[in-house]
Amino acid sequence: MTTEIITDIAEAEQGSSLWHDAWLRLRKNRLALAGGIILVGFSLIALLTPWIAPYAYDAQNLELGASPPSAQHWLGTDIFGRDLLTQIMYGGRVSLAVGFVATSVALLIGVTWGAIAGYVGGKVDAVMMRLVDILYALPFMIFIVLLMVVFGRNILLLFLAIGAVEWLTMARIMRGQVQQLRQQEFVEAAISLGLPPRTIIRRHLIPNALGPIIVYTTLTIPSVMLLEAFLSFLGLGIQPPQTSWGLLISYGAETMEEFPWLLIFPGLALTITLFSLNFLGDGLRDALDVRRSKD
Amino acid sequence: MSLLEVKDLAVSFVTRMGTNKAVDGISFTVDTGKITAIIGESGSGKSVACYSMLGLVPMPPGRIDGGTALFEGQDLLQMSEAQLREIRGRDVAMIFQDPMTCLNPFMTIGKQLMEPLLYHQQVSKEQARARAIELLDEVGIRDPESTFENYPHQFSGGMRQRVMIAMALINEPKLLIADEPTTALDVTIQAQILKLIANLQTKRDIGVIFISHDLAVVADIADQIVVMQQGKIVEGGDSEHIFHHAEHPYTRKLLAAIPADSKAPMPNEPDTLIEVRKLCTWFDQGRNKEPVKAVNDVSFDIRRGEVLGLVGESGSGKSTIGRSILRLVPVTSGSVNFDGTDVTTLQGNGLKTFRRRMQMIFQDPFASLNPRMTVFDTLAEPLLLHGIENSKSVASGVLKLMDDVGLARNFVRKYPHEFSGGQRQRIAIGRALATRPEFIVADEPVSALDVTIQAQILDLMQDLGKEYGLTMLFVSHDLAVVRHLADRILVLYKGEIVEQGSGEDLFERPQQDYTRQLLSSIPGRALLE
Repeated sequence: MTTEIITDIAEAEQGSSLWHDAWLRLRKNRLALAGGIILVGFSLIALLTPWIAPYAYDAQNLELGASPPSAQHWLGTDIFGRDLLTQIMYGGRVSLAVGFVATSVALLIGVTWGAIAGYVGGKVDAVMMRLVDILYALPFMIFIVLLMVVFGRNILLLFLAIGAVEWLTMARIMRGQVQQLRQQEFVEAAISLGLPPRTIIRRHLIPNALGPIIVYTTLTIPSVMLLEAFLSFLGLGIQPPQTSWGLLISYGAETMEEFPWLLIFPGLALTITLFSLNFLGDGLRDALDVRRSKD
Repeated sequence: MSLLEVKDLAVSFVTRMGTNKAVDGISFTVDTGKITAIIGESGSGKSVACYSMLGLVPMPPGRIDGGTALFEGQDLLQMSEAQLREIRGRDVAMIFQDPMTCLNPFMTIGKQLMEPLLYHQQVSKEQARARAIELLDEVGIRDPESTFENYPHQFSGGMRQRVMIAMALINEPKLLIADEPTTALDVTIQAQILKLIANLQTKRDIGVIFISHDLAVVADIADQIVVMQQGKIVEGGDSEHIFHHAEHPYTRKLLAAIPADSKAPMPNEPDTLIEVRKLCTWFDQGRNKEPVKAVNDVSFDIRRGEVLGLVGESGSGKSTIGRSILRLVPVTSGSVNFDGTDVTTLQGNGLKTFRRRMQMIFQDPFASLNPRMTVFDTLAEPLLLHGIENSKSVASGVLKLMDDVGLARNFVRKYPHEFSGGQRQRIAIGRALATRPEFIVADEPVSALDVTIQAQILDLMQDLGKEYGLTMLFVSHDLAVVRHLADRILVLYKGEIVEQGSGEDLFERPQQDYTRQLLSSIPGRALLE
């Protein structure tokens, strides 16, 4: 009997979830899809770099010097005769990692913080959000510079520092979403079922508030990557011999007139990534917007 | 010759999903000085028919497939946009459902009233003003001289609808189209607006098309009734004829959906399940402001196994009482004894145990279900939470609930947005029943549904009430529905109980003025007697 009924459920027609509908809409948006594919491609390359890079990371050929693109060095070499393609691939590892890890940190803190503040409300909300306001008011560059000075230059710290700044906006968005959802009757229904607040936040609030958060995330990643590039440019971020796109661009800018390819190629890599993220974010915004009809 | 003669009108919408025939060859007439009512459920094409004649349906996706609409002998469908614009607002005027969204919140009502007059006729500002004030007076706005400079938000819903009517009449139209003009209003206000429309129509000798989903609403005022279903007219004729000699099964279904009888009183006096004593629920308005006394010093009993009806207009506190008992809003003072325990002081696990015994069915089935959870998830959640089923038996528990509320088992993995309103309300009822509660608060559970669906859901609730041995607090603004379902009725006004008694007592021998007023505003009352 029991088995018969369970097969019943497995056999039942699978409904189309809102996520599935959103995917169908996203799939129609060529630009967003292309962005997504490029990002996946770049991430794969970044992951596999140690095995697929054409040259060793620190292989120098001082005799070669800065040479323009050629058959041996597709994107040319830098002033120490290091292969630029290899440099860009290793730099991409750092840049993408900063982008994704720092954003994940921001996501985790921001979503939890905002959801709790929005759900509990009242005094707790006031205190939590005032704290966010205070952190907002701090000039974040000084904050990061201070961190770097006190704790030394450490790539993990860089992730944390950027994440710690970016979560503020996430928290605000999440809180707004949750406050709106809290008025909905299905949340009241969950309360009257006797579900503990933890479960209500996790099962009923967060999944429904995720749409705008996902969109904002795709827009945060580029800003985080730019921030890293900026910090590295200033000499506060990644230190040589480690490299990142920001650092490569900064070196390229110095020798822009003699060796333009040293600026152009790292710049191109960053630009393509940022464009892809923006197109993907744009597409996601349209796809996740439930007000758009299903046509 | 009739004022408006519609013949074989067909309108369709062309979308990527295919062509949808919204109006499929309908014919009807409107005579000067008469009211023609078009009745149908949402999606039946009743509004599209009227809007398309006036060029108010966007084309594409809309498309007029054929037919004629002769207005004083001229075919509206052949007119250019410029010609139609001349006719709209001058010869044909409209009143819409929601008076709030149809008025510009940044303009005084006086300005908005004068606008169509200045646009369509050669009059001076002074003349327009005088004319507008005269009309406001006619539609029953008190002291029109001073309210002339007021903004829409300073009026109540009923008053705004009066302003909308004044606006529609200002150019002395020959035809008035009223699209569900009273749906958003309280029942007492609805009665006033219906009376106003009927009076104005006789006085000014104009033709009226009254679009509604509710047959009862038009019962007292319509001369002709046209019943639409899925873009077609299934039956039309004199209202007398429709009400007493309806032939089409759909019309009969609509008529049967008007709850008529009152429930027989319960045989013996059962014991009390819930005692509400001096309950107050106030909402703070911030510092230095009087709190809103949504529920003020209310005491009553709910007996085991009975259905207690709670009626009142919006703002009377009827929903808040239900939510206070369930501890969904914080109670200011007073006590609620549920089977001997005061639930207003419960915390933590004690509260959780009681939550299991009391559940709620909400008004809007589109808001009361989590859009990201399948039927299975929604129904399994309470079963697992309260340990009614374990992870092995939960599947059979969910399917049993679906059987009980009349949902096909095949839908178990579908999401809420894939269901109709009635089906969604069935899921919500299933969720409320999942914890095997003894007591259910039903907060306007059918007011968001079409009338024929309403009847089905009410029947279901009645059957399940018996099967599960439920005690129910049934909150509604619709007296006819409450009378049909409830053993006893409480009448609420501004947070206080004004009268209580059995359905029959209340309907036949109301003691209070307010109850009488409420009763006289039930639409289609003549029909019930």
